[in-house]
Amino acid sequence: MSVPAELPASPPGWSAPVAVAETGEWRQKWLQFIESRRALAALWVLAILLAAAVLAPVIAPQDPYDLTAITFYEGRLPPGETGASGFRYLLGSDVQGRDMYSAMLYGLRTSLLVGVLSAIFAIGVGVSLGLVAAYAGGWVDALIMRVVDFMLGFPTILVALILLAVLGQGIDKVILALVIVQWAYFARAVRGVALVERSREYVEAALCLRLGSARILFRHILPNCLPPVIVIGTMQIASAISLEATLSFLGLGLPITEPSLGLLIANGFNYLMSGLYWISVFPGLLLLAAIFSLNVVGDRLRDVLNPRLQR
Amino acid sequence: MLAYLIRRLLQSVGVLLAVSVVVFLGIYAVGNPAAILLPDDATGAELEAAMRNLGLDRPLPLQYFTFLGNALRGDLGTSFVFNAPSIQLILARLPATLELAITAMALAVLLGIPLGLWAGLKPGSALDETVVTGSILGFSMPNFWQGMMLIMIFAVGFGVLPANGRGETGTLLGIETSFATADGIRHLILPALNLALFKIALMIRLTRTGVREVIALDYVKFARAKGLSERRVLLVHVLKNILVPIVTIVGMEFGSLIAFATITETIFAWPGMGKLLIDSINNLDRPVVVAYVMVVTLMFVLINLLVDIAYSVLDPRVRLEGMRA
Repeated sequence: MSVPAELPASPPGWSAPVAVAETGEWRQKWLQFIESRRALAALWVLAILLAAAVLAPVIAPQDPYDLTAITFYEGRLPPGETGASGFRYLLGSDVQGRDMYSAMLYGLRTSLLVGVLSAIFAIGVGVSLGLVAAYAGGWVDALIMRVVDFMLGFPTILVALILLAVLGQGIDKVILALVIVQWAYFARAVRGVALVERSREYVEAALCLRLGSARILFRHILPNCLPPVIVIGTMQIASAISLEATLSFLGLGLPITEPSLGLLIANGFNYLMSGLYWISVFPGLLLLAAIFSLNVVGDRLRDVLNPRLQR
Repeated sequence: MLAYLIRRLLQSVGVLLAVSVVVFLGIYAVGNPAAILLPDDATGAELEAAMRNLGLDRPLPLQYFTFLGNALRGDLGTSFVFNAPSIQLILARLPATLELAITAMALAVLLGIPLGLWAGLKPGSALDETVVTGSILGFSMPNFWQGMMLIMIFAVGFGVLPANGRGETGTLLGIETSFATADGIRHLILPALNLALFKIALMIRLTRTGVREVIALDYVKFARAKGLSERRVLLVHVLKNILVPIVTIVGMEFGSLIAFATITETIFAWPGMGKLLIDSINNLDRPVVVAYVMVVTLMFVLINLLVDIAYSVLDPRVRLEGMRA
């Protein structure tokens, strides 16, 4: 399969080995990053969303999953309406009388949690296997890369769908499915960079010092493989959030007890035709804001960290 | 070339076998379809009889080899729900899905390439910024939500386009298709647009990147120095060279369109095989799920093979490498 590789075969300067660790270079990258106002704005949006998700139980006016807090006969209220109980539904209420704004904050919390956790695990698995493949070479490399090719040959949505059909519902199962479909991206990227790094002098020097393989891999080679991992990681968090929402929408992702933004939207879909647009539109916009800002940041990171585009 | 082809074919068979094992084991290792098919008050004896009927009481490897043997004869099991051969159920819905996927891909190519060219020629301009932001937006919008918004705007809001089902089909060149009737085409617009949006964004990015890389190369400068018109430089010299990766991606993304059609079909109640897959997963109708996966895998493998061959035809450098290997 011949996807145009994201990374050049021999990156001229995934920078000098030690220099990456120096703060000066990262500072320079940061300054370059904020040259794009779009990227800076996206970073702000992300920070706000993250804060909102973490603080959801504090800032939400209502606990949407505490049945005693919900007033059933105040369902279907449009945005801005104040219920008979005196509660003001900023973004409307759903059919059960739940405050949409509060439900969205909790939903965002679940969505981000699933996205970030699955990316972290996928990075762990993918980076380790990629490093091992590059370092060991031979049949180990061939075996790992065959599996990677196999995984990347199928669209993630399809693999995740089938996996969840087998595994069943649940937040842990969704994360497991996302890790299974995403690790291969990291493995491929890391292997590519690690192969180049392996033949560099600083690795030779480490070998001459008789340092252990694990130490060379994780302390010497890994830090120099980080730029592509950061770029792909950002994009994969976005795609994990989107994928989870999609699976939940199809009824195969999270159970109704742990509603993510995707489930809120799916719930609202049933009432879209009857004009209760706010139940699905607002959670959708929030989901879009999260994914969009992650992608903008990832896009900018790619420009900043990819040496090919440097002047 | 022949050796290369044979090796690729063997690889493809390997992939198919691997998928069949993984899917069979995965899907047959969970739940008990007999329990779902029978009423709640069925006795243990009835349950056992049903399992024997479905062949679920035999050892797993034996079930697999029976499955594989039947599969090679074109029999992928009988649907528990429809009580019809699952392969026929899938194939009956294949045209509807292909129709959707082909329309979406056409939209992506016809809209994405011109927009990408336009943006790539003016890097950094307001137009470029807009197109790039738009394409990131296109990537970021989850397919299902975007579909819902299309329904809200065009079906509920303006009431101009239908949002449900396939509409009237007619016969065109002996095939039952929506292309043949005005009503069919009206029904096709929203789902096809929904499916295409991702790919439009992808085409824009690919073309834009390609143009930016190629335009700086010496042969383009030379073509300009020769005094060729800008139009000719663009359409012949630039476009021809960026088409190679685009053709590859079009081919490979066609498979992903079929996968994503599951979502579009669910939203728009489009009677394709994707909707059948989701329904079958929810009904635990395993033979249909297995048949879907096998049919789609076969399609992917074939598409990849064709793409690789097309690639080597389009780009002589690849051909040389393929020969040597």
